[in-house]
Amino acid sequence: MAEGKSRVDVGRRQFLGGAGVAGAAAAAAHALTPVAPASAQTPAQTAPPAGAQPPQPAGYTYFKPQEALFIEAVVDHMVPKDELTPSGTDIGLATYIDRALAGSWGKGDRLYMQGPWARGTANQGYQLPLTPAALYRAGIEGANAHCRKAYGQTFDRCTSEQKEVFLRELSGGKITLAGGLPGRAFFSVLYDNVMEGMFADPIYGGNRDKVCWKMIGFPGVAANNAENVKQYADGRRFPANPVGIADMS
Amino acid sequence: MATKLPPVDIVIVGMGWTGGILAKELGPTGLKIAVLERGGQREPKNDFAVPLIRDELRFSSRHDMMMDVSQDTYSIRNNPSETALPMRRLGSFLPGEGVGGAGAHWNGVTWRWPDHELRIRTKYEERYGKNYIPGDMPLQDWGVSGAELEPYYDKFEYVAAISGKAGNIKGAIQKEGNAFEDPRSREYPLPPLLQNHASQLFAKTAKELGYHPFVRPTANASQPYTNPDGMKIGQCQYCGFCERFGCEANAKGSPLITVIPVAMRNPNVELRTYSWVTKVLKDSTGKKATGVQYVNVLTGEEMEQPADLVILAGYILSNVHLMLLSGIGKPYDPQSGTGVIGKNYAYQAGAGVTLFFEDKSFNPFIATGGWGTSIDDFHTNWNFDRTKHGGIGGAYITVGGSHGRPISYRPLPPGTPQWGSAWKRAVAKWYQGSINISASASVMPNRINYLDLDPTYTNRFGQPLMRMTFEFRENEHKLVRHAAEVIGGIGKAMNPTLMSKPAPRMTWSVVPYQSTHNTGGAVMGADPNTSALNRYCQSWDVSNVFVTGAGAFPHNSGYNPTGPVGALAYWTADAIREKYLKKPGSLI
Repeated sequence: MAEGKSRVDVGRRQFLGGAGVAGAAAAAAHALTPVAPASAQTPAQTAPPAGAQPPQPAGYTYFKPQEALFIEAVVDHMVPKDELTPSGTDIGLATYIDRALAGSWGKGDRLYMQGPWARGTANQGYQLPLTPAALYRAGIEGANAHCRKAYGQTFDRCTSEQKEVFLRELSGGKITLAGGLPGRAFFSVLYDNVMEGMFADPIYGGNRDKVCWKMIGFPGVAANNAENVKQYADGRRFPANPVGIADMS
Repeated sequence: MATKLPPVDIVIVGMGWTGGILAKELGPTGLKIAVLERGGQREPKNDFAVPLIRDELRFSSRHDMMMDVSQDTYSIRNNPSETALPMRRLGSFLPGEGVGGAGAHWNGVTWRWPDHELRIRTKYEERYGKNYIPGDMPLQDWGVSGAELEPYYDKFEYVAAISGKAGNIKGAIQKEGNAFEDPRSREYPLPPLLQNHASQLFAKTAKELGYHPFVRPTANASQPYTNPDGMKIGQCQYCGFCERFGCEANAKGSPLITVIPVAMRNPNVELRTYSWVTKVLKDSTGKKATGVQYVNVLTGEEMEQPADLVILAGYILSNVHLMLLSGIGKPYDPQSGTGVIGKNYAYQAGAGVTLFFEDKSFNPFIATGGWGTSIDDFHTNWNFDRTKHGGIGGAYITVGGSHGRPISYRPLPPGTPQWGSAWKRAVAKWYQGSINISASASVMPNRINYLDLDPTYTNRFGQPLMRMTFEFRENEHKLVRHAAEVIGGIGKAMNPTLMSKPAPRMTWSVVPYQSTHNTGGAVMGADPNTSALNRYCQSWDVSNVFVTGAGAFPHNSGYNPTGPVGALAYWTADAIREKYLKKPGSLI
């Protein structure tokens, strides 16, 4: 995605490239004709249908337009298009994070939220009175305010060098965001979510077409290795042809 | 006002490994037994179906089978001078919830802790002199010996389908087993698991260095198996979704497919799920439990379940919490060193190093929970001279690798960028070519490592959270520094392209996952002034309360705890059936 341009333009995404549309069509066809029986006995070597992936509806359910610009710019900077994968946005990372924040995890599921609140030590872990969704809301606002002050523009419009410097400072704990929000706390959740979007099952909206599993050779969910454990115990590389939950459902 | 239910003979709190063992062993007495489990029911066929169960995000990153800390958690701090703050998210350790408990999603590593662990003070004083044990270390014997526990270890191993190779059968050293283990009466029920390329390289190097590698014993079944209760166990498929997941192949020795269904065949055993016990009730003397109070979490209704005998069989931290909330035994006071509940809390220390091989593929996703090759030369080996490096205990060292699930498993050499194309290339390059050597080290009790009730924070029922005060102290630092040296030496000898700096864990953080091996807080022993429980795991103060689990351990070994947890549960069940029920009252 080009610097400073938005993917959020209404309707634009639906016309972009064939990948999403073809993917959705293939997934719909796949749902009618399952190629793999839903059982543990399917060997990983069975190739899933080309382009099979869960539907990837366009649009956001949590991010406001300015927030979406920030997230798309972050995931495209961290996961640029290269010989290994398409860009972060194109593999669904912004969608993954949006869905995670809109869902129960984003709303504070399994998070103890009783006060009083104190900073605590690093060893005491997360101690902010914010759900992940609320942390993103404040974090993005603070990050853009910081970038406006430091670079004269919001993060998505910064140059690649400026983005790099900002993210390094944020991850290194050098930035306190507006209202005293510790920048590192925001970065740490954001970074974990980017990793989840890349490497979780594609059913959650990221890792589109299992591209990140293919990148490393992770075979996915259909593992029945009682024989493979013998055959590949000598250091030979297992030829992974990744299978996701949708491929077996 | 709680609804008072008709009385039962025995109430068991928690339906995991030990609750299942107690219910199964006591079921045939015909006594009326109610088991109260705060979580829901689990059915392997349904809950662990493929592909549903092979979801790293849901079950590993988001802890789907674990305790929900929004309802009840622990406050934590490293030292008494700090203000404890709640563990707001799970991290360092992962208590289970629901039928099967943590036994439904454990890795399976099962050790026999040797006699020199169970009689630790006596043995160290004999060998190293009384002054060797520091004054701030309340080290104590367990009140039970290795020989006494042997038949119970055996029973647990045969029920849980442990795969392994004996190292010492009745004194005869067995080639390929762990030569340092105590004598055992017979071989493991199943042969050891197959080993991967990484474990084989480690074994070869370790042998060349003069160490004694062996395949680690674990509850991942190497072959199909029928246990002594007639329960069928499948063969492990090395799927790489073991710890934190249930097993769709029924190949993990779990209470869900062994002791629990056997216990439930007794019509006098009743399991009540969604029943969260909040208190053990006592009579006016304070010396006798009259039953338990619990909340039906489906309706919010408070219930009182009268019972003649109360068995606490929850997770170690839940058991100690209930004892503190109920006044079973005197709470420990670190200032005076008096009191017993909360005393001798310990955790797991360790060190790790990562090796990177440019030209090798280890296929980390072809894996199972507890497998691996270990050396015990600096741990169970009693001939290892502790004076050279100092410290009490030791560390066992393993190469295994229980999975290659990529949200959490992406080893990278130090200095790799955190993102960008260079980061991606490094992830792709090293995913297949990495080996982790890990050391799991003992933690000895320390006067200021303990559990008590938090003065500020409460759980969903308004009860004080339990407060954990813990740090790795000088003894642990000595052990892990030495362990880091050893694993660094082995790593170098394995000749990798790159190697990380061997990293000993020097401080306890609640954030990264380390181990669910919490121990102590309701320890067993021979002296009521220094232990909460007698040698049968019966409360000294309230004799119709028995407590199972790792809370009874007066210290933590480098070994995983489930072996003695299982053995002690059978030992306690025997004591209740053969002694207590015949003549209720204190067994000592």
